[in-house]
Amino acid sequence: MMKTDSTLEKILASGQLAVTSECGPPRGALPEKVKEKAEMLRGCVDAVNVTDNQTAMVRMSSLAACILIKQMGLNPLLQMVTRDRNRLAMQSEVLGAYSHGIDNMLCLSGDHPHFGDHPGAAAVHDIDSVQAVEMVKKMRDEGLFQGGQKIDGPPKMFIGAAANPFADPFELRVARLAKKVKAGVDFIQTQCIYNVDKFEKWMQGIVDRGLHEKVYILAGITPMKSVGMAKYMKNKVPGMDVPDELIKRIGGVPKENQAEEGIKMCLETIERLKTVKGVAGFHIMAIEWEHRVREIVERAGLLPRPTF
Amino acid sequence: MITAERKSMEELINCVSPYRRLLLVGCNECVTVCSAGGRKEVALLSSALQLHFMKEGKPFEIKEITLERQCDPEYVEELVAHIDSADAVLSMACGCGVQEIARRFKEKPVMPAVNTKFMGASERQGVWAERCAGCGDCVLGLTGGVCPIARCSKQLMNGPCGGSTKGKCEVDPEIDCAWQLIWDRLKALGMTEKYEENMPAKDWRTGRGAGPRKIVREDLA
Repeated sequence: MMKTDSTLEKILASGQLAVTSECGPPRGALPEKVKEKAEMLRGCVDAVNVTDNQTAMVRMSSLAACILIKQMGLNPLLQMVTRDRNRLAMQSEVLGAYSHGIDNMLCLSGDHPHFGDHPGAAAVHDIDSVQAVEMVKKMRDEGLFQGGQKIDGPPKMFIGAAANPFADPFELRVARLAKKVKAGVDFIQTQCIYNVDKFEKWMQGIVDRGLHEKVYILAGITPMKSVGMAKYMKNKVPGMDVPDELIKRIGGVPKENQAEEGIKMCLETIERLKTVKGVAGFHIMAIEWEHRVREIVERAGLLPRPTF
Repeated sequence: MITAERKSMEELINCVSPYRRLLLVGCNECVTVCSAGGRKEVALLSSALQLHFMKEGKPFEIKEITLERQCDPEYVEELVAHIDSADAVLSMACGCGVQEIARRFKEKPVMPAVNTKFMGASERQGVWAERCAGCGDCVLGLTGGVCPIARCSKQLMNGPCGGSTKGKCEVDPEIDCAWQLIWDRLKALGMTEKYEENMPAKDWRTGRGAGPRKIVREDLA
């Protein structure tokens, strides 16, 4: 039975591989910037994640950008971090989003302010991502606020969360997902997958516990643009697992061909992941490379996207 | 204990320079243990200030006294004998001690000589680390004796986040990942099933959420 009217839920429930991508809002108040990026994703993804002050840098609010994207006739997915808002602000934002027809969201803890452009900011963390999932589920299924009062017109959100199979300790990463499932999460978008062997090992743990039957798992894909980016991801991004042979491979081709090699590598990853039990779709995070998403989705044999 | 660190000489000189007669007050409790504001630090700071103002040729008198406990009115009362001969008080106690002096001697300027940091423990000689956030509703029994609120950079109640790497926090490789520590302890205790019990959203009213807190013990009051 469907929990929401979300198109993303319908596609996942139909058993077809879903495709999502993301649009990072601009560092300013120009709506055209959102529209330009989102337009590139039209027709090639089922939902557009709109990031929420990602890397702890101030950007146009996720909700505002979601509304702009919704007005374009696309399907936005509201990302919300617990870093910047307490439970009151989060719930009011959920109500506001749903009132605009936004019915997908992703509950995250968010990058620490230490990494951003306001390192002196207080991080809120009134609740964490597991508790945020629980809260939004209670709003949807029981029609109650976190504080227990009744909601007049509950928001029917399709609720997502993130998982990083590559962070430590690896042995509790399946259990961490189980906590989110217990909290009531509907779908998961994973950290970028470069170490496919390790991802498969994690998925095996998920399948062994039957968790894949309770939650849709979208595999995170980020194409490498260059060997420089690959090295940066390996060395500078916390919780990222980039195997050396991958860096060797992209570094082994001339600079002008590295972007194509990166896309080939990500297509190979997608092909391999299609056969992994429990993978319900792909979340393509092409950072400042939105114009290549269509090509990736097409070459991965995932076009046309289903309609409902 | 409550930990503290002495402010810079520059800041201290700046804040005491309007005064000619200073009462420098240490505390024999936590700040003595963490070597920030005990008898020894009072003597050192006193000498440094005297030396500075002597070099400047500025008249400056300083009286040193270290109380048993500056956060306790009973001991603060000992300052009555000295307060009139001072223009201002420089306290080397934690913020609780500074405020107790300010409360008792309403007409006298009181300045802090240390920055009060956190409730912590000594990790090794000269190193102290935060351990408790004083949330007022202790969960240590559920988390293997490691506090996620004080020791996880995101105070996650259901961690770890995706930034835990080789036992360290993404914020700083010097910080242990609290949830790695919790997991290791739960494993050692054979209590890993506890990990999957989701901890509910915290009621912060027991902490700072309901404003300044007070303990009233009817049996003692």
